[in-house]
Amino acid sequence: MAQVLVVTSGKGGVGKTTTTAALGAALAKTGKSVVVVDFDVGLRNLDLVMGAERRVVFDLVNVIQGDAKLNQAIIKDKRLDTLSLLPASQTRDKDALTEEGVAKVMAELKEKFDWVVCDSPAGIERGAQLAMAHADQAVIVTNPEVSSVRDSDRIIGMLDSTTEKAKAGEKMPKHLLLTRYDPARAARGEMLSVDDVLDILSIPLIGIIPESQDVLRSSNLGAPVTLAAPESAPARAYFEAVRRLTGEKVDVTVPTEKKGLFDWLFKRGAA
Amino acid sequence: MSFLANLFNRKSSAPVARDRLQILLAHERANLGEGKSDLLVQLQKEIMEVISRHIAVDQDKVQVKLDRGSGCSMLEIDIEVPGIEQNGKEKKGDTHSV
Repeated sequence: MAQVLVVTSGKGGVGKTTTTAALGAALAKTGKSVVVVDFDVGLRNLDLVMGAERRVVFDLVNVIQGDAKLNQAIIKDKRLDTLSLLPASQTRDKDALTEEGVAKVMAELKEKFDWVVCDSPAGIERGAQLAMAHADQAVIVTNPEVSSVRDSDRIIGMLDSTTEKAKAGEKMPKHLLLTRYDPARAARGEMLSVDDVLDILSIPLIGIIPESQDVLRSSNLGAPVTLAAPESAPARAYFEAVRRLTGEKVDVTVPTEKKGLFDWLFKRGAA
Repeated sequence: MSFLANLFNRKSSAPVARDRLQILLAHERANLGEGKSDLLVQLQKEIMEVISRHIAVDQDKVQVKLDRGSGCSMLEIDIEVPGIEQNGKEKKGDTHSV
């Protein structure tokens, strides 16, 4: 049975798209077939982070409006044959996504893939609600920063009220993914710690992604960090998160950068 | 010091990002905005109309591929044409590129 995962946060710029790409690729590396779906209609970016921007022909809205078949809109990843992308449209029409249209596409995707990973737009409006509507579970991306934690709390409320699962009276499994975490600053009391955030949001932790140069470098290159730099600290944290998502019991750690002699001698500059 | 750092560093990624954005934005500026329609959707629709006038084509058997480049782009449409009756025998599905 296919699993639908929504990557959401409320707040923008916390790392939803980076996380969707990284988790999607890490899941695909386990041999399962995965499609990552961009729900950010009007401002698509998952294609760019995945490095497929030159190959986008059709998109989610074309499929919903009947201008293209799902197969024609899905882009296969060139590096991993188990990974695919369904891009968002760039239309400014707010009503381009319909509830029925999204339901139909999601049902079709669930037949074709083992995992459907939905990249939610920021905010709490229609797009975000449609992205989470058909989810079986949710990853809430949060930065250790006050506004992000507050917005995550609102999104948690929405996951428990507006989704199909909630309407059916079922509980939506929710996982907290803490991104851009700096253990040293948290230890010095300059940044909310993991425990602070967990105390406030009280949902289980699925991973801690440390602040790292490899994340920007990967998006520059157009590759999920789990493919571009699989040995890096953030990639290892994403791989760990995927093991937890697939049901393994793994203790949550904060992976650290493995620094070479030259890095140590010449402090890495341009990344 | 900076040349030493560069010497021992991995190839920098910002130039790649810059090139990718320049190609992408050149295409988006040309295709997005007021009164501009999606050329590709239009093109595919019209090509399909012409073809379906002559043969019954299953939309699921049509693959459209695109590669946007800085100088030129490649649009590739693969259409699987269903078996055509030939001398009373079924011919196997053929793929034609446009």
